[in-house]
This record gives sequence, C-alpha cells and structure tokens, in this order.
Amino acid sequence: MTDHAKITAEGVNVFYGAKQAIRNVSLHVRQDEVTAFIGPSGCGKSTFLRTLNRMNDTIAGARVEGDVRLDGEDIYARAMDVVQLRARVGMVFQKPNPFPKSIFENVAYGPRIHGLARSKAELAQIVERSLQRAGLWNEVKDRLSESGTALSGGQQQRLCIARAIAVDPEVILMDEPCSALDPIATARIEELISDLRGRYAIVIVTHNMQQAARVSQKTAFFHLGELVEYGDTSAMFTNPREERTKDYITGRYG
Amino acid sequence: MASQQEHTVKAFDQDIGQLRGLISQMGGLAEAAIGHAMTALQRGDLELADRIRQDDRRIDAIEADVERTAVRIIALRAPLANDLREVVAALKIAAVVERIGDYAKNIAKRVPLIEGEHRIEPLSTVPAMAKIAAEMVHDALDAFAARDAAKAVEIVRRDRTLDDFYDSIFRTLVTYMVENPKTISQCAHLLFVAKNLERIGDHATNVAEMVHFAATGNQMTDREWGNQ
Ligand SMILES: Nc1ncnc2c1ncn2[C@@H]1O[C@H](COP(=O)(O)OP(=O)(O)OP(=O)(O)O)[C@@H](O)[C@H]1O
Ligand SMILES: [Mg+2]
Repeated sequence: MTDHAKITAEGVNVFYGAKQAIRNVSLHVRQDEVTAFIGPSGCGKSTFLRTLNRMNDTIAGARVEGDVRLDGEDIYARAMDVVQLRARVGMVFQKPNPFPKSIFENVAYGPRIHGLARSKAELAQIVERSLQRAGLWNEVKDRLSESGTALSGGQQQRLCIARAIAVDPEVILMDEPCSALDPIATARIEELISDLRGRYAIVIVTHNMQQAARVSQKTAFFHLGELVEYGDTSAMFTNPREERTKDYITGRYG
Repeated sequence: MASQQEHTVKAFDQDIGQLRGLISQMGGLAEAAIGHAMTALQRGDLELADRIRQDDRRIDAIEADVERTAVRIIALRAPLANDLREVVAALKIAAVVERIGDYAKNIAKRVPLIEGEHRIEPLSTVPAMAKIAAEMVHDALDAFAARDAAKAVEIVRRDRTLDDFYDSIFRTLVTYMVENPKTISQCAHLLFVAKNLERIGDHATNVAEMVHFAATGNQMTDREWGNQ
C-alpha cells in the first residue's frame, strides 16, 4: 500500500479548541489515483483535507496531531517551508475565488512568486500551458487581460484549477469544486479531473455520490470525524463493507 | 443483510416497493401457469390451455412495467450499493420469469397435439416434476422478496432433483417408444414437456443466484453450489 503512496497520514487528530473534529484517521493518497472524500455535512472532510497541506494552520484555535508525510517527508516538521508545501500541494475551493485581477495575472501570480519563470516569455508559456490543461485556454485566449471575476462560475473554477496547476504541484486538493456549477460546467471539471489524473495525485471532497463514483478510484467515507471505510470506489458504491457507509450512500442516513 | 431502515426520500421506498410488487405478481402468474399447464395436459383441457396463453400476455405486460419502473428509479434516484443491486436484479429476474412463462405456454401448446390419444402411464410422473419446478419458481421469488441469501442457496441445490427427474423420465419414455411405436408422437411431446420443466428449474436457479448477489453483493461460491 505504501508503494505508490504520495501522502501518508497516520493517526491524525484535529481539534478546534476543545472540540475534536477528526479522530485518529489514517489514510494513504496514491500518486496515480483520484481519491474522493465523502460523508455527511460536518463529518470533517474539509478539516481532514486541510491537514494535507497545513491549511488548518491558518485557522485560529485549530490544532493538528499525528503524522502526515508527503513523499515520506514530515510536512509538520519545523523545517518545512509552508509556502513551498502549499505550492506542492495545491488547493481548489468550493467557491471559485479568482483574484480581482486579469485572467493572465491570476495564473501568473504563483509561478512569479515561486520564481518558476526566468523570462516574460516563459511566464506566458506557463500561463498558456496551465490554461490549456485546465481546459480554459480556448475560451479565454483572446481576453487574457480581462478580469478573472468577469468569467462565468464554471470558467472561474477552471481558472482556479489553472492557477493551482501553474505552480507545478504534485498534489491537488479540491473541496467540493463543482457545488456551485451547472451540470455542463460540472461535467467539464470532471473530464478535467480524469485528464489530470496520473500527472497529479488528486483528492476531491464531494457531496455528489455519482460524482465520487465517476471521478475517483479510491473513496473514503467519513462520519463524525472518523474514517469509517476506505477502499476501491467501485466496491464502495456497489457493495460497501460497513453498514454506515451503505446507509449513507443509499440515502438512508438519518 | 437487508437494510430495514427507510430512505430519507420516502418516494424512493415506494418505488422499490412497487418494483417488488410487480416481480411477485409476475412470479405468481408464472407459477400458476406451470400448474395450469399440467392440469390441462392431464385432462386434455383445451380451454385451460388457451387461458394459459392469455395469461402469458399479462406476464409480458408486467415485464414491460418492471422495465419502465426500474429505468425510472435509475434515472430519478440513482440507486447505489444494495439498492442498485436490487434494481438490476429485478430487471434481470423479470426477463427470466418471462421466459418461464414462455415454457409454460409451450407446454400448453402441446395439449391439443396429444388430445384424443390414449394417455400413457409415464404422464403421471410429469406433474410431480412440474410441482418441484413450480415450487422452485415460487421459492426463488419469495427469496427475492425477503432478500434471503440462505434460501437462494437452498433452491440452487434443489435443481439436482429436477435434473434427476428429467433423466428418469427420459429413460422411461425412450423405453416406451421402443416397446410401443404407436406412442412415439405422444412420448416425443412429453419429452419436450419434461425438457421445458427442466429448463424452468434452470431459470429458477438463475433467479436464486441473482437473489444471492442482490442480497450479499457476492456470487455464490462453489461450496454454496454444493459442488464439493
Ligand atoms: N473554524 C472552525 N472552528 C470551529 N469548528 C469548526 C471549524 N471548522 C469546522 N469546524 C467543525 O468541525 C467539524 C467538521 O467540519 P468540516 O468543515 O471539516 O466538515 P465537512 O465534512 O467539510 O462538512 P461540509 O460537508 O458541510 O463541508 C464540524 O463539526 C464543524 O462545525
Ligand atoms: Mg466541507
């Protein structure tokens, strides 16, 4: 199991003040797979996702225990450069959040601060390639100087994915990336996820069971802060091992 | 095994309930058709034989209903896990039960063909075989309604008895034909009847296997089949 593990989390606990939101969760994210996190609202999916790139550091009162490693390297080690870490483990949020800047600048920002481009031409190349991979290039190539916020919701979300890709990450975390999108925009993001698979390890949080079934190879079901079941997506949705998983995915949770 | 808990969306439970109702209705008709076919055969009752053909249209109509209902459930509810397995099983079972109805109809078709001939003795063992076949159909559909995997295993094992029956009837009929060539036509028809019953048993076994998969998510093992 460790063979292709990109991220290993062992015995992770997360607290918000005195309240424990994640209880002793261990899980491996494989390099070549899309992993989906599912579970009822408030079960801790976002909280656990954020432990994978230390986004919880930015939340006052949040405390993380346990061991999380990226390629075997302890990401909570004192020596870890968090800015660098978040470039390696990028994140796409539920609501598309482009900067109030041009489309070009939205994508160019990351590579520029990380010094990934040696020239203007190279930067332009990175921007184009990222927009290509995010499936947005054809729609925006003639309007790169327009504001990112002027795009439609689905386009904004792909812009955010392009922005995450631009810094050449190893892992992309997506927290309900399609929840604000219509079915067509959703289908395009899902298509994009399959295109990106293999190039990046991907973790996606979703409330849409069919989406989890379509885009992921592994699924993790969380409930009340615990990881109840983790396994092959196809088995999970046709024959889950745990009663709680079954009740949840068949709409009997209550 | 089967989740007793209700769906949060109540209409989902109603849809599944409707699907189960249709399958059990279909099964009831198919089971009755086997019994009627035997009675018609024994009594040379042409009217009853004709009714079996009418009833078969109802079985076909219900199969179409099952298909519509299952497709609607898949489209509207996107069932998963045990729900998904049950809907898929219902679709497949409906197709199999429809075939069972066809076999009963095929038996009924032979009634006029041997009508007027002197009834030969082996005819008396055929209804006993039919009784077992009809019971297998009945129990397989009961197992589906109850999502009872253990019962499904038990049904599959019964198929042996039916095969033994068929072999025995086959031998008897062949002996009869050799001894008394005048009975060849009637014997040949009875041979087909026995074959149809044997096929009905195979189909009931199929249903039982689907029930097992729907209930457990696993195919029956060799051990459950009684193969060792
Ligand atoms: N910043 C915070 N401060 C305090 N408690 C929090 C905070 N963020 C989350 N929680 C609590 O932690 C638990 C897990 O929340 P989390 O947001 O991880 O759930 P989730 O599974 O992502 O839910 P949803 O599907 O609604 O997004 C919840 O009980 C929530 O109230
Ligand atoms: Mg969340």
